[in-house]
Amino acid sequence: MSEGPRIGVFICHCGSNIAGHVDVEAVEAYARTLPGVVFVQRNLYTCSDAGLSEIKRAIAEEGLERVVVAACTPRTHEPLFQEACREAGLNPYLFEFVNIRDQCSWVHMQEPEAATEKAKDLVRMGVVKARLLEPLEEQEVEVEPAALVVGGGMIGMTAALNLAERGFAVRLVERGPRLGGLLLRLDKLYPTHEDARALVAKRVAEVEAHDRIEVFTSSVVSEIKGFVGNYEVKITSNRQPATGNQHSLRVGAIIVATGARVFKPEGLYGYDGQRVITQFELEERFRTGGFDAERVVMIQCVGARIPERPYCSRICCTTAIKNALQIRERQPHAQVYILYRDTETQGTRYEAYYTRAREAGIQFIRYSLRHPPEVTDERVVVYDELLGARLGIPYDLVVLSTPLVACEDARELAQMLKVPVDEHGFFLEAHVKLRPLDFATDGIYVAGTARWPAHLEETITQAYGAAARAATILSKDRITSSGVVARVDEALCRGCSRCVEVCEFGAPSLIETAPGMKVARVNPVMCKGCGACAAACPTGAMTAMHFTDEQVTAMVRAALGH
Amino acid sequence: MGEVLVIGGGIAGVQAALDLAEMGIRVHLVEKGPSIGGRMAQLDKTFPTNDCSTCILSPKMVDCARHPRIAIYTLSEVQAVAGEVGDFTVQVLKRARYVDETACTACGDCAQVCPVVRPDEFQMGLSTRRAIYIPFAQAVPQAYLRNREDCLGDEPIACGRCIEACRKQCIDFDMQDEVIELSVGSIVLAVGMETFDPVALTEYGYTRYENVITGLEFERLICASGPSGGRLIRLTDRQEPRTIGFVQCVGSRSLKYQRFCSSVCCMHATKEAILAREHIPDVQSYIFYTDLRASGKGFQEYIERARREYGVKYIRSRVARIEEDGDGRLVFHYEDAATSRPQQVKVDLAVLATSLIPGPDVAALAEVLGLELDEYGFFRTNPFSPTDTTREGVFTCGCCRGPADIPQSVAQASGAAARAAQYATGNT
Repeated sequence: MSEGPRIGVFICHCGSNIAGHVDVEAVEAYARTLPGVVFVQRNLYTCSDAGLSEIKRAIAEEGLERVVVAACTPRTHEPLFQEACREAGLNPYLFEFVNIRDQCSWVHMQEPEAATEKAKDLVRMGVVKARLLEPLEEQEVEVEPAALVVGGGMIGMTAALNLAERGFAVRLVERGPRLGGLLLRLDKLYPTHEDARALVAKRVAEVEAHDRIEVFTSSVVSEIKGFVGNYEVKITSNRQPATGNQHSLRVGAIIVATGARVFKPEGLYGYDGQRVITQFELEERFRTGGFDAERVVMIQCVGARIPERPYCSRICCTTAIKNALQIRERQPHAQVYILYRDTETQGTRYEAYYTRAREAGIQFIRYSLRHPPEVTDERVVVYDELLGARLGIPYDLVVLSTPLVACEDARELAQMLKVPVDEHGFFLEAHVKLRPLDFATDGIYVAGTARWPAHLEETITQAYGAAARAATILSKDRITSSGVVARVDEALCRGCSRCVEVCEFGAPSLIETAPGMKVARVNPVMCKGCGACAAACPTGAMTAMHFTDEQVTAMVRAALGH
Repeated sequence: MGEVLVIGGGIAGVQAALDLAEMGIRVHLVEKGPSIGGRMAQLDKTFPTNDCSTCILSPKMVDCARHPRIAIYTLSEVQAVAGEVGDFTVQVLKRARYVDETACTACGDCAQVCPVVRPDEFQMGLSTRRAIYIPFAQAVPQAYLRNREDCLGDEPIACGRCIEACRKQCIDFDMQDEVIELSVGSIVLAVGMETFDPVALTEYGYTRYENVITGLEFERLICASGPSGGRLIRLTDRQEPRTIGFVQCVGSRSLKYQRFCSSVCCMHATKEAILAREHIPDVQSYIFYTDLRASGKGFQEYIERARREYGVKYIRSRVARIEEDGDGRLVFHYEDAATSRPQQVKVDLAVLATSLIPGPDVAALAEVLGLELDEYGFFRTNPFSPTDTTREGVFTCGCCRGPADIPQSVAQASGAAARAAQYATGNT
């Protein structure tokens, strides 16, 4: 038959995930008829150890030069199959993935025959592409064993200390004039009521005494270049008047721990900073001795869980409970009401804390958005959802529980790091479930309330977690990057710089090869292989390897039955 | 570089092991059951993204199995620990699998001839397995095991059909339990949780009425690899339900059973209601809740979507009792919070959100390691050093330190790995 590489096709049942809706035997029989295919096998789970061993065996015994797996999704499983090819001595880029689960059995669950025909089409396209695949080289780079931690609050300091203890150099950058962050403005910490500033002071002392941590206060990150293992960072002083002080650093990994700020409830519930204040302002009064009230009404979800800010800020219920208990400790006869929508006191510690507050006589009144509380000069009027009645509660002080919101500078930092933020301005991790502290960009991690409002207990955990994630990079002498990158044919390049403009990762740049002659070069470690440059290139000089025009055109022709 | 012991092979243990190994540390991962994967492997989809649970978990399990610095010991338990931080000596009892796990290809020929039928634990007893079986298709290691108690073929050999059927001759009834000794610098505990048995709450009729099921049973029923192949059906008549009632806080936030909140149930009930609607387009779900606890990333928006796009009705009330009528339908009796009047609603299927409680190995390990437990029986931790236990060099993550969802467990696992690494390498 036709000349060309020997192709093996593996068709996965994925238990019943695929085989339940796609006739895998028919797909197998069809694959055998395709030009170049010398071996076809079905597996219950191709991703299992047994399935991977079969791939390796077939490469060795059947002399396969290309491997096609028709299974689930490359998003989760491609590295696994590529690794199996590599272990059997085949360049991992001679592997092609065909997704017949998401694209066939799942979306056409009700039409098994159509799903089967589509699976055949996709396998045909995959085989055609496999014939044209080329082996690609991966890049190895050395790792700078130092970390940049952005944010000198409790979380940034905790992450920095852990990394420093493990022997890595750490640069800690804090925008404010001193370390400590938001906790410096708190009085006590729930649920143990220990002193916030004492806890912070201890951590600050540890950081300042550590010879592997270099602290830059009143400083911001002004420029970030480079890539995992080799970031080049500029730090600029924000002291007024401007000093022009600037430092250039080289780090292997970056942790974002810039925190959040407290929403100010301007125009809500008569907020005036005098008789109607926020929980933060209440804690300031505790600290300065300015608290004096017998009748206190706290209103939860002020500016949160509303259409313009739909999220729950997680920490406000426990903060209100803490401050209610503080009031009772100072003034045992004080009356404290907490008007809430749902008590967010998950888990063991915080549910117990809620119980403790009720036992201490704190009154919890449930309201709903249908009848929000009203604050008049003398009383807070609220419709009690449980009693089904309107209550008027006289007060000396109204305390509004307001959410944590993203810092104003978060977007700017995100742009410099080329990482995303969500619609609320919080940093968006690589995967909500299994990569909660990673960004999609390698070597950059996130911890604390810059990511999402969370209890101190959770953010300290995240600080250690982000340190661990960063250490997985910093512990290595060198790391390898993908071979799927863009490549320039310098003979065709006119140096127009379109590729430089469209690249989100800063991978291409223009190099002067002769006086007045510029061509694009791609840094393969920074390139993510997205192909944006190849699409933008007017001369066809830029090629997205593994997705070349020739390969994609062949797939399209195969799809159309040519 | 040092060595670390990780006990428990669920998502928390798997993440801790991978982080440690990627930091260059040698990891011994000890799992009581026949496969790593834990509870997450039993879930269908995960909130709030509706990602397929096994699909995102199994690459991590395979990474563990293939990592040159991770040794996995299944069917194994830690029996004794001597020494101290930086220099622990650990005795691990590795129970016989009776199948050579490196040679087995998981072809299943053995199970096909096995005459013994037992309830399948992984499928929550909703289907059956043989005496020789693989716990689930993506299990790691990919190897069958023989349950000695279930098997007919022990001395004198009465059956032995599996031995004859196995062409690779992997089965060995004479395999012996072993005791393995390990030297490690630090220890991570990630032994997870159990779910509360709701039989005690007789008012909900669990086991008395077949159409009253638990959340985990629902996960298996709706899962493509479950006992009904992903068809959500009632157990009595194998018909699809038209209405489903979800009962929250079953055993949780209760003076009689667990005083704590199990953290994840508001969200998993919401997810299950969404999935039910995706499988059965006109199904109506009711979620009876105490407080809607949804403060994680994207959770409020998820609940809003459930309400608006999937027609899920949230009712703030504790269900007083469930009664079955003549035709297998279930009557929920509850008090309407708005009117304070007794109300009833009839549903086809009831799903109980049972509390997450510490499993027996938490107390057993606390005994072996000399650790304190909290008032609920979880490993005691301090809120400001959240992954440290009461013993130096011993760390904990996941649900054995209190109920947590998957991202929390994963973040804790990385956190515990960072702390354990400090001691494994001797840089304290």
